[in-house]
Amino acid sequence: MIRSQVLVCGGTGCTSSGSKAVLAAFEEEIVKQGLDEEIKIVPTGCFGLCERGPVVIVYPEGTFYSRVQKDDVAEIVEEHLLKGRIVERLVYKDVAEDVKTELKDGFDPSKVSLNDTIFYKSQKRVALRNCGVINPESIDEYIAVDGYAALGKVLTEMTPEEVIKVVSDSGLRGRGGGGFPTGRKWSFTAANQADQKYVVCNADEGDPGAFMDRSVLEGDPHCIVEAMTICGYATGATEGYIYVRAEYPIAVKRLEIAIEQAKEYGLLGDNIFDSGFSFNLHIRLGAGAFVCGEETALMTSIEGNRGEPRPRPPYPAVKGLFGKPTTENNVETFANIPQIILKGADWFASMGTERSKGTKVFALGGKITNTGLVEIPMGTTLRKVIEEIGGGVPNGKKFKAAQTGGPSGGCIPASLIDTEIDYDNLTAIGCMMGSGGLIVMDEDNCMVDIAKFFLNFTVDESCGKCAPCRIGTMRMKEILEKITEGNGTLEDLDKLEELALYIKENSLCGLGQTAPNPVLATLKFFRDEYEAHVVDHKCPAGVCKALLNYTIIADKCKGCTKCARNCPVGAISGQVKQPHVIDNSVCIKCGACMDNCSFGAIIKG
Amino acid sequence: MKSLAELAAIREKMKDKVVLREGSGDIRVVVGMATCGIAAGARPVLNAFVEKVNEAGLTDKVTVSQTGCIGVCQFEPVVEVFEAGKEKVTYVKMTAEKAAEVVEKHLKGGEVISEYTITNAIS
Ligand SMILES: Cc1cc2nc3c(=O)[nH]c(=O)nc-3n(C[C@H](O)[C@H](O)[C@H](O)COP(=O)(O)O)c2cc1C
Ligand code: SF4
Ligand code: SF4
Ligand code: FES
Repeated sequence: MIRSQVLVCGGTGCTSSGSKAVLAAFEEEIVKQGLDEEIKIVPTGCFGLCERGPVVIVYPEGTFYSRVQKDDVAEIVEEHLLKGRIVERLVYKDVAEDVKTELKDGFDPSKVSLNDTIFYKSQKRVALRNCGVINPESIDEYIAVDGYAALGKVLTEMTPEEVIKVVSDSGLRGRGGGGFPTGRKWSFTAANQADQKYVVCNADEGDPGAFMDRSVLEGDPHCIVEAMTICGYATGATEGYIYVRAEYPIAVKRLEIAIEQAKEYGLLGDNIFDSGFSFNLHIRLGAGAFVCGEETALMTSIEGNRGEPRPRPPYPAVKGLFGKPTTENNVETFANIPQIILKGADWFASMGTERSKGTKVFALGGKITNTGLVEIPMGTTLRKVIEEIGGGVPNGKKFKAAQTGGPSGGCIPASLIDTEIDYDNLTAIGCMMGSGGLIVMDEDNCMVDIAKFFLNFTVDESCGKCAPCRIGTMRMKEILEKITEGNGTLEDLDKLEELALYIKENSLCGLGQTAPNPVLATLKFFRDEYEAHVVDHKCPAGVCKALLNYTIIADKCKGCTKCARNCPVGAISGQVKQPHVIDNSVCIKCGACMDNCSFGAIIKG
Repeated sequence: MKSLAELAAIREKMKDKVVLREGSGDIRVVVGMATCGIAAGARPVLNAFVEKVNEAGLTDKVTVSQTGCIGVCQFEPVVEVFEAGKEKVTYVKMTAEKAAEVVEKHLKGGEVISEYTITNAIS
């Protein structure tokens, strides 16, 4: 009889910090201690706190161990699992305030579980509910947490119209970026008659820094299989494709296992639940081109052609994959479906804001303490995400802005940190929800440089089919380079804006139509920073090398000669015990002198 | 699989295996498992609790876990039962058989077996 379970994260983050070895060590150690009849080791998907990986949770206590290395395993087994003494030094201690008040006698690891941490407390897990909870390679575990019950309900009790109505009433909108109402999308495909229809799951996730969809696929693949089958029934499709990037090998493997298991159980294939409805699923690997995440390009790629967008209309609901009516949704959108069916539209609609229902998963990255994955109710403020859940900006630096929507989105400046995150509020300030990348920037980030980074990305990823995007973004990038090199003018700023608007208007697909957004948003909120570059030839954040000058303050310089000895190009001269000087025409702005000066005599600016 | 009943059967069979992970029910049974407790036979007691709670279908309500030394070594194995809004009950000198009785009478029936409690042992 199992009395305790040890969950070891097998997500990508923890795998890279060594969770495989930890898992193996646990398996070995419980056998050694004769505990294998009493303790079960369960590999799971991502818990979200990847930064603290490898993550291990011990139930029933819910003890949250972080940064567990394989050498720690023997101690956890001997102390916690055998003797019941929690290994306090490995327990994650960032617990919520109210829990702290309750624990007024001090930290008591036996009373603190995963759910008491600040990181978990403010979250609301719907799409991620099984990630880090079940073994993603076991269909039985998925079934134990009500898996495939929604599919059973749909096929035995509901008509396709009823399914679509529930999805519509829930208010669910697409999580892939556009935010289109999912129920409406399904109803379009359902309304079109055809001998064959398709369901496509977009798991291309090309936004740099984003890994929401990957975590769902790795941690809960069956829920996507179930949701796509439900979608098939609702829209009249019998075949489904999951388009997933080849860079996600763990996700691909777990999807394959899930599909196999579902087939074995008759949850995919012919006549599911004796309902007469049949559905099959296929996996297609994408090579990682950003544009292939665009729905029409994605379908072209599945068809075996070069992944280029095609003009819409016709929309996929009319003429999609192989020319047939197709419903295409994002991974996270699908991940919400089984819960909506089981718990009802009202339950889902009770979360979130007026026009954005439910929750949203974000991948927190950049200058933030808890880099990782969080799921929050729509309408949560950016402040709460950054300061509470994210643990704030590290090293005492000041928060400057957060980028949502990746290369298609924009930045939210610190002045708007109290914005409640939902589709409409973000659009109103010129950002977009995007698929869920949230990159935090602090005072050391130069916003012109950030804009250049994203534009570089789109220039690389533009498929080249249409001129505004192919040539326009290149021109914008050149202007930004000119500015960061100190050769920009005020006219250049106007030209940037003009080009941006033209590209948005005239590009064929979403990539081009949104590519200028990062530039427009930074111009709007940080124009003074652009102006500092072109007028004063200064980079206020000290990032753009061409605009940087290192100077030695004569008063502070003791003439120790250390900087001169460390300069790789011999740009520093001076006598021993005399103030030194930097020759800026030789200096390559490497910063070595500043790092080495023990007297703080060197400044940059 | 052709029916909802089959799906439900798998769910029932598997449920106990994942339910542990949902954390606390209303009642928490904590078995002292420090060196003294183990020496005094706490492991069979712990396992008996897990098994009997499961058999009695109480897994939704009762969480069985373990802790280190409770501090009354001469009374080991010691088991504490915490229930929201009620006073803690401490059972001492437990055995697997007594554990089965506690599950039946106390956890299921709501009746404390005072004969096995620490208050009884001291007085
Ligand atoms: C350049 C570009 C890249 C995109 N990349 C993705 C992506 O990686 N994943 C995704 O789900 N949607 C992506 N989209 C959005 C899709 O075109 C589509 O709107 C979305 O997948 C629809 O699903 P939803 O309604 O569930 O959000 C991208 C769009 C564009 C224009
Ligand atoms: S907008 Fe860019 S990515 Fe889209 S079709 Fe045109 S060139 Fe290709
Ligand atoms: S920044 Fe680098 S190159 Fe310039 S003076 Fe200092 S050490 Fe020399
Ligand atoms: S991969 Fe382990 S917590 Fe994210």
